[in-house]
Amino acid sequence: MNLETPKKLRGLVNQAHQVAENYFRPISRKYDKAEHAYPKELDLLAALLDGMNAGSPDAIGATSASKRGAAREQQEGIKNGGNLSALLGVMELCWGDVGLLLAMPRQGLGNAAIAAVANDEQLARFSGTWAAMAITEPGCGSDSAAIRTTAIKDGDHYVLNGEKIYVTSGERADSVVVWATLDKNLGRAAIKSFVVGHGTPGMTVTRLEKKLGIKASDTAAISFSDCRVPAANLLGNPEIDVQKGFAGVMETFDNTRPLVAGMAVGVAKASLDRTRELLKKVCKLDYRTPLLSVSHAEATLYRLEAEWEAARLLTMKAAWMADNKLPNSKEASIAKAKARRVANEVTLKCVELAGALGYGEDELLEKWARDSKILDIFEGTQQIQLLIVARRLLGKSSSELK
Amino acid sequence: MSSDVQGRALAVLNRVAQADWPDRLKLRKPFEKLIYTGSRASFRAAAQRAGKVAKLPRPVDPDALFDLSLSDEQQMLVEMLEAFACEVLRPLAHDADEQAALPAALLNQAHELGLTHYAVSEAQGGMAGERTTLSNALIAEALGKGDLSLAAALLVPLSAANCIRRWGNAAQQARWLPAFVGEEPAPVMAIAVNEPTPLFDPQKLATRARKRGKHYVLSGEKCLVLRGMDASQLIVAAHAADGPALFIVEAGAKGLQRSPQPAMGLKAGSTARVRLNGVKVPVEARLAAESFNYQSFLDYAGLAWCALAVGTAQAALDYVVPYCNERVAFGEPISHRQGVAFMVADIAVELDAMRLMVWRACSRAEQGLPFQREAYLARLLCSEKAMKIGTDAVQLLGGHGFTKEHPAERWYRDLRALAIMAGGLQL
Repeated sequence: MNLETPKKLRGLVNQAHQVAENYFRPISRKYDKAEHAYPKELDLLAALLDGMNAGSPDAIGATSASKRGAAREQQEGIKNGGNLSALLGVMELCWGDVGLLLAMPRQGLGNAAIAAVANDEQLARFSGTWAAMAITEPGCGSDSAAIRTTAIKDGDHYVLNGEKIYVTSGERADSVVVWATLDKNLGRAAIKSFVVGHGTPGMTVTRLEKKLGIKASDTAAISFSDCRVPAANLLGNPEIDVQKGFAGVMETFDNTRPLVAGMAVGVAKASLDRTRELLKKVCKLDYRTPLLSVSHAEATLYRLEAEWEAARLLTMKAAWMADNKLPNSKEASIAKAKARRVANEVTLKCVELAGALGYGEDELLEKWARDSKILDIFEGTQQIQLLIVARRLLGKSSSELK
Repeated sequence: MSSDVQGRALAVLNRVAQADWPDRLKLRKPFEKLIYTGSRASFRAAAQRAGKVAKLPRPVDPDALFDLSLSDEQQMLVEMLEAFACEVLRPLAHDADEQAALPAALLNQAHELGLTHYAVSEAQGGMAGERTTLSNALIAEALGKGDLSLAAALLVPLSAANCIRRWGNAAQQARWLPAFVGEEPAPVMAIAVNEPTPLFDPQKLATRARKRGKHYVLSGEKCLVLRGMDASQLIVAAHAADGPALFIVEAGAKGLQRSPQPAMGLKAGSTARVRLNGVKVPVEARLAAESFNYQSFLDYAGLAWCALAVGTAQAALDYVVPYCNERVAFGEPISHRQGVAFMVADIAVELDAMRLMVWRACSRAEQGLPFQREAYLARLLCSEKAMKIGTDAVQLLGGHGFTKEHPAERWYRDLRALAIMAGGLQL
């Protein structure tokens, strides 16, 4: 057993940390202030990352975790592969700025969805595209089986009608992966995902949200009105398979789940590091004096660090299990539940610990405390994660434990 | 050398072969397999050592991958001890708690298990390799699933042996360790660190050791000494002129007084208060390894308590899951309510968090990496989360959890000890 970051990934971690420190941090406040302005600095970085992703199996970014079969042939035995390396990269980048990471071209959820469920022809055709992901609707959030957007087959096309909200990079991306149902009466099995290119007639960006945090990342509302999409843009199997239909679209989440937990770990680390620095004169942190005999501030820092460390290890465990083909649905949800509530607690508490300094905009602590809140909401809220864990533990179906 | 090691391993095997309980509990096969691999490993180590004079610690593998898997031997150890915990410890736990005593039959079984072999190095006839911290933690975790207080009591000899192996010099090891792996039951040597003061800091001991010629004179008061009453010797932490130190003190020494000190929990460990009034011990009684590190001694102790708590918290989770599924209220199992189900989910989340923190600290320790920070944070997290799990287990069982019909109230009392115990055990 060894729970240290492996040497073979330390180079990547260091690289990602350099990007976070020297590229993200200097423009962090700028794009927190200039909501809806595109961080043009990201283009250069994205091109660089694309190059790195293409050349290295241990690449940084959202899509590397979902490379199916693309990973090099590995030796027998325990593996530290794409899931762990992507996770470690994301942790470092989010130590820099989670909003900027989410705004990175071609690194979002839509690309992860394509990488996870597209066939070979589609993979080739959509290679290089920047795809956003559209799932949520005004009337459905966590309950993604209740999607109302419809897709009706008409010759070589599907006709999409409906409204999507909270689409990250929905305006900036080249295309949007849209979840729509082929038949509302058939429930989850009838939900399919479609790649819809920007400029497709009938697709309109209706609004950009003004948000609490992650302002560098745009969040769009998009409406589809008789929007005709080529049938070949349906990702995966067009048949409605009542047995496993929903599994296809959900695979996206299996691959990205530890990454979202990794974002939380990264943001929390940023807050912890800065707060320790600000409090170093009054908190000596010798990891020796009993908790009851140090100042309240020092005890709080210790406690936050312990929670953070636990979150980090749980997240690494989930990724390690994915790399080694161990079923990790429960562990991924455990990681996600723990890392994201810890991140929210840590960042908020660090603002409090740093006092007026932490609350003011001279420091980034208040920004991280705003950014972290979304991490406990998107891609399955805290409560959804607990439901998944509880159902697994108790052996309950979604109709028994609602 | 190798014939000695072989002899020791065979002696353990022989004891198991003669006992009837492994058959009764269907544990014979896994146990024999374990002893076999354990002794085989010992032979290998002995052979490797033959040519070397100095024993070098195994270097850290610079290319080691992140890896959560257990070795085959660790896996077997866990399976066997978990079965022992569930089949032997759990059924005895209620009465042991009521009577505040270790059942005599259990002591025999523990001797037959030969756990102390995992704390004594091959040179002294044991099976402890260079990397044993994690295996020791796994032993504690597995036994903790049965009962925290019984497990802690059974781990006292193993802890004392670890203490002497790690913190004693060659002469002290040679003098004390063979008895821990002999034919007779291992000696009970209790480790006394806690002192009866609020906000106790084990770095600031009130117990003093003053040097007088070829002796130290110990004065002070120790409390919550696990198995303090039936111990033949005590390993006492006392402040000497050059800092905190550990002394092996005969329980019958002049000036040493013991009295039972029953507590909220840990009752099977029959905790004791020990008064030292000018107790004279020879200078050789001071544990004197060159690498003596009092902080690490405390950290290994803290991790032992954490590992026990991980096992007990796992037991609590395993207990509340079927209970919440079977208990019906308002026409359906209470587990169908989010208020109940989320509490169960949180137990699983924090339990896994505790376990990973403990495993990481232990894995760093046995790789020779610094682990003080990791041990501190593990202790902090485990103290808080284990108590939360203990109180939630009682809550989930409602009024039933408050009675002695269920083990939850005992776990609640035992898990409170986690934030309080200093020393007592040693991985």
